[in-house]
Amino acid sequence: MAYAQPHPRLSVLSSSSQSSAEHLSPSTSSTRFSLPSAPSVHSTLVTGKPGQRPNIYDRNLNRTRVAEVSASAFAFLFSEVVQYTQKRVSGINDLERRLNTLGYRIGTRVLELTAWRAESASKTPKREIRFLPALMSIHTQVWKAVFGKSADAIEKSVENADEYMIIDNDPPIERYISVPRDMSQLSCSSFTAGIVEAVLDGLGFPARVTAHNTPNSQHPSRTTILIKLEKSVLDREELLNQKQ
Amino acid sequence: MAIYGLWVINKAGGLVYQRNFAEGLAQLTSNEYLVLAGTLHGIHAITSRLSPMGSSSGAQVIEGETFKITILLTVTGTKFVLLTSLAETVADAVLQRVYDAYADSVMKNPFHTPEMPIRSEGFDSKITALIGTGQA
Repeated sequence: MAYAQPHPRLSVLSSSSQSSAEHLSPSTSSTRFSLPSAPSVHSTLVTGKPGQRPNIYDRNLNRTRVAEVSASAFAFLFSEVVQYTQKRVSGINDLERRLNTLGYRIGTRVLELTAWRAESASKTPKREIRFLPALMSIHTQVWKAVFGKSADAIEKSVENADEYMIIDNDPPIERYISVPRDMSQLSCSSFTAGIVEAVLDGLGFPARVTAHNTPNSQHPSRTTILIKLEKSVLDREELLNQKQ
Repeated sequence: MAIYGLWVINKAGGLVYQRNFAEGLAQLTSNEYLVLAGTLHGIHAITSRLSPMGSSSGAQVIEGETFKITILLTVTGTKFVLLTSLAETVADAVLQRVYDAYADSVMKNPFHTPEMPIRSEGFDSKITALIGTGQA
């Protein structure tokens, strides 16, 4: 199977035929968002004073202690991301899909990073090929790498065999977001759903991942990340089960 | 000791948030609140020019016989106003906490338009937790 053009999700700026994609294409928006020519990141960091912190790309990938970013800075950035996206979509579904796409681009990188951090030190590096351990590692490792804490629960749907859920009682990205009543179905955790979808895709478990608000009395911003696996994944799981 | 009400006034003098917490205030229509907030904005602008000692940030406390108005002016020009009884001592601290809540739940909320009325459940519930619902 060969893609004629890059996977649409890997390139938000690609001029695909999606309804609102033209708003994001560089040709239409370059004038509005052009920035004054700033010195490049590279030159400013290299010519800086000695003893300055090294370029982010030169830092040790395994050192996580100083790699945290300000939650406030992230909250403002994510708020702008949602506002920017909201101006360019026609409805809630479109908005969620776009947030999902943005999350997907992060997920592909998170998978690489967490795999490197978890396996590089190991003498026998391995890759998850079974679904449940993969889901567990998303619940703990991916969540810790992205949000600094693990998710709160994993559930399996009783009605559908192909549905699994990751539950976060207080998603950090939604901590300061109050969704207006007329958009109450919207869950900004679609961004997180995109991250999960990318990680699952990268591990070879293609799935559709969506986010849903499931508040309860103790946790008003409780969110469920719903994973709907493709049939091929279930078929393979069954084969692997039989082999044992 | 009682906290009667909280106003948030934007930098243009418009009332963007108004809530009462205790009995004792006259019942006003929203239009009357808007006029009062605009008036306070004007008074504040005047007081900031009255200082004989150079520039001033304007009135911080206005006291009457039965009430006290405490005003917190932020660097961006937004004003937080607390109406309390005379004996209330925590007004400044409460206003600072309100400012914190505003920075978190209003400014970081993508569905809030700057300078427009605040309609955010997160802010409402934080204010409720901070000051109370009605009986202080």
